[in-house]
Amino acid sequence: MIASRWVWLAVALPLAGFLVNGALALRRAPATRAVSIVGPGVLLAAFAVSIGVFAGLLGRPPHEPHIVTLWPWMTAGALRIDLAFQVDQLSAVMLLVVTGVGSLIHLFSVGYMREDPGYARYFAYLNLFVVFMLVLVLGANFPVLFIGWEGVGLCSYLLIGFWFTEEANANAGKKAFIMNRIGDFGVLVAMFFLWRELGTLNFAEIAARAPGALEQGGTIVTLITLFIFLGCTGKSAQIPLYTWLPDAMAGPTPVSALIHAATMVTAGVYLVVRTNVLFAMAPLSSAVVAGIGALTAIFAATIALRQYDIKKVLAYSTVSQLGYMFLAVGSAAFAGGIFHLATHAFFKALLFLGAGSVIHAMHHAYHATHSHEDAQDMRNMGGLREHMPVTFWLMAIATLAIAGIPPLSGFFSKDEILASAFARGAEMPIYYVYYALGVLAALLTAFYMARLMTMTFLGPNRTGDEERRHLHEAPWIMTGPLLVLGILSAIGGVINLPAFVGGRHALESWLEPVTAAGAAFARVELPHGTTELLLVGGAVLVGVVGLVLGYRATLGRRVATAREAPEEAGLARVLNRKYYVDEIYDAAVVRPVVWLSRVVLWKGVDQGLVDGAAVNGTAKLSRGLGWLGSRVQTGQVGLYVVLFLVGALWILRAVIR
Amino acid sequence: MLEAVFYVFAAVAVVTASMCILSRSAMSAVLWLTATMLSLAALYVLLSAEFIAAIQVLVYAGAVMVLFLFVVMLLNLGQATTDMRGPAALATTIVIAGLLAIQLFALWSYTPARLASEVAQAPQLSDPATLFAAGQIARDEAVSRGVVGAVAVPLFQVYLVPFEITSVLLLAAIVGAVVLAKRRL
Amino acid sequence: MTDGMALLGPALGLSAILFSIGVAGVLLRRNVIVLFVCIELMLNAVNLSFVALAQLHGASGQVMVFFVMTVAAAEAAVGLAIILAIFRHHQSVDLQNINLLRG
Repeated sequence: MIASRWVWLAVALPLAGFLVNGALALRRAPATRAVSIVGPGVLLAAFAVSIGVFAGLLGRPPHEPHIVTLWPWMTAGALRIDLAFQVDQLSAVMLLVVTGVGSLIHLFSVGYMREDPGYARYFAYLNLFVVFMLVLVLGANFPVLFIGWEGVGLCSYLLIGFWFTEEANANAGKKAFIMNRIGDFGVLVAMFFLWRELGTLNFAEIAARAPGALEQGGTIVTLITLFIFLGCTGKSAQIPLYTWLPDAMAGPTPVSALIHAATMVTAGVYLVVRTNVLFAMAPLSSAVVAGIGALTAIFAATIALRQYDIKKVLAYSTVSQLGYMFLAVGSAAFAGGIFHLATHAFFKALLFLGAGSVIHAMHHAYHATHSHEDAQDMRNMGGLREHMPVTFWLMAIATLAIAGIPPLSGFFSKDEILASAFARGAEMPIYYVYYALGVLAALLTAFYMARLMTMTFLGPNRTGDEERRHLHEAPWIMTGPLLVLGILSAIGGVINLPAFVGGRHALESWLEPVTAAGAAFARVELPHGTTELLLVGGAVLVGVVGLVLGYRATLGRRVATAREAPEEAGLARVLNRKYYVDEIYDAAVVRPVVWLSRVVLWKGVDQGLVDGAAVNGTAKLSRGLGWLGSRVQTGQVGLYVVLFLVGALWILRAVIR
Repeated sequence: MLEAVFYVFAAVAVVTASMCILSRSAMSAVLWLTATMLSLAALYVLLSAEFIAAIQVLVYAGAVMVLFLFVVMLLNLGQATTDMRGPAALATTIVIAGLLAIQLFALWSYTPARLASEVAQAPQLSDPATLFAAGQIARDEAVSRGVVGAVAVPLFQVYLVPFEITSVLLLAAIVGAVVLAKRRL
Repeated sequence: MTDGMALLGPALGLSAILFSIGVAGVLLRRNVIVLFVCIELMLNAVNLSFVALAQLHGASGQVMVFFVMTVAAAEAAVGLAIILAIFRHHQSVDLQNINLLRG
């Protein structure tokens, strides 16, 4: 058992790993063995520390968060910001999820990335990413959280553009970074507002002072929460800033699992829960959050229906599931949001790593035959179950979990979210609409996951006769983590079992000290008895129907390989092209900005006004004045004397009266 | 009597100065200026600055003007070639010098009493005897220490540092003159 | 009070006249040496003012004259050396031929 004050070790260990791996990355010789030990090793050690911290929390009185102040960071007038970590129930859960899932992904990466020339650099980035993610979830005040917030943005840029030699990858990294910056602006503005209104940036003090200092449902708190949520839409890939996440699949697959399933994208959900008192005080903002969440859930799910890249399907699935989480926290079910965050981390990491395993096998098969087919396109797969049974069965568990089939983890978390939205509908009818959207999204989720599994693992194989012989299961270092995640996906629901199966909402009561401040303003009473059972039954029915439909629709149809596939038409084409959102953004935002920058700001303001008028104009003016002055400098002393005397007379006139 | 002597020498000074600027050759200009300086020395005696009068004759009329004559002769500028400027310059000269003279000539009407009232800026303090007591002290000094001593006391007590600095100035002037005048160092 | 006190105003006036004559000379002549002579004349005019006012203010005025003479001597030495150098270069001391300072 480790006391809370050692929590900094959880951050320091990956930081040390980053330094060691970074140093190794600078060496010419690849130090594969050392990196393989240091990279995952520090994460496992950090996970051990996290377990210790968690165990230490069990013995403490629950209602006082333990603030570990490392050193004062900045002091300016009344502003005093410490580099401090907050150890409480919420950060402990996040700590476990980040280090636990992170460790498994690090282990998987050992097998997946072993042959990459940038192996040490990869693990350096991965370690650094975990450092910033831990700073984010542990920070006791907004600025420390913001360090992590910006840091994970930086690391995602580095990792998405890991294979930077191809321009598309580098562009995807830049896109993620810029989209996140837009959201970060919102967080900054929210911080300024909070400082002005409350005079503090510490989470504990915000929770204590906000109920007294801010008017419930007032403009200020609504503005603050909306600006915070703007940051969340950037980091957690919600409408309208979600477009970076699907592009971010350009990075290595374990990176997608770590950043875009388990950790970074959940930062927005975490932040909303962390500031739950503010959101609970602003019903309008909560409705916006839930609405954006529900819309994103349905919107991304429809796009996922017609994607062929296996990682793109999972990417849109992630966006959709994040929408679910925001639907939860927008319905004041803060614990429900964290619950889904945790279970989603399990099964989505499993899905991504499973996809990584598939891509690994496909890539090797194509590599062996020097083929240049797309190793990520599902149309080139099919029938992989025979070649990769372990991966298939584990991914099947994850598919059932995400579809909400009992008794797997996703069933409980998703059910709680839908029930919360339904319960909120009694107060604000708009939530019934959100509930309906959520159910529809659940149907679509089951459908596209069944489609993914069927296209990938079932039916006839489309990889090619020559390549088929090279398909094989991944090594144990990759399947091991998959197995652990499979178990977690299956039984993850036990952390928050509902009453109707004899549970007592363990996670919810565990998080109660954190959410208590918000619960004073907005509390969701989950339905009981018949209503609850009806809701649960409906959700399960939707999941089963979606799975069956997806299976039947995909298996029954002959799938052409990527090379032979005809161009999509009609609605399918719109979905395949993601509703043309990227093109719309390009036309509506990017191009006008580029035009403005190029024509107005560059040619007009910079070259014309600044360079032409200000800089060169000043120079020309000086030169002109100098030319005028030089006309007086005739070199004739007589003229100088005359001018001098005129001046002297002028002065004399003033002196002698 | 004293005033009559003053006006005589004043007239001499004005006439010689005018001749100085109007004479055609540099040689005669220098000589006319020497005459002006000598008449000024006489005026200094009238204004009870006997030591300055002696210095004026020795240093100015003697050493400096001899230096001028020396250069004029060295450059062989003795011929009477006119170097007057044209009519436009003459007009400018008349305007500027005339304005200057008109403005400065107001000084003629100054008396110690008027000066005292202007310096004190108050009628009750305008007694020149009390306001300008330093002048009386200097005259007493001149009687007790002699005219040289009366100048030496402030020179070597109050103005000692400027006095020492002038020695540096003169040294610099010597070096500068040598460097400039020598053909090849 | 001495008799010289009564000469304060006339002495200052004479100083003004001599100074103006010096200015006129500087404006009228082109010969550099004559210009120098005129400058000496102006310096002497100022010296006369100092001496006249020294009657009221004590020996400080006379000390100033002493310093002016020193500076004038130094200036004459350096100035005449410059004239020598210029004459060697231009074979002339006429200001119209000397315009090296033209801008």
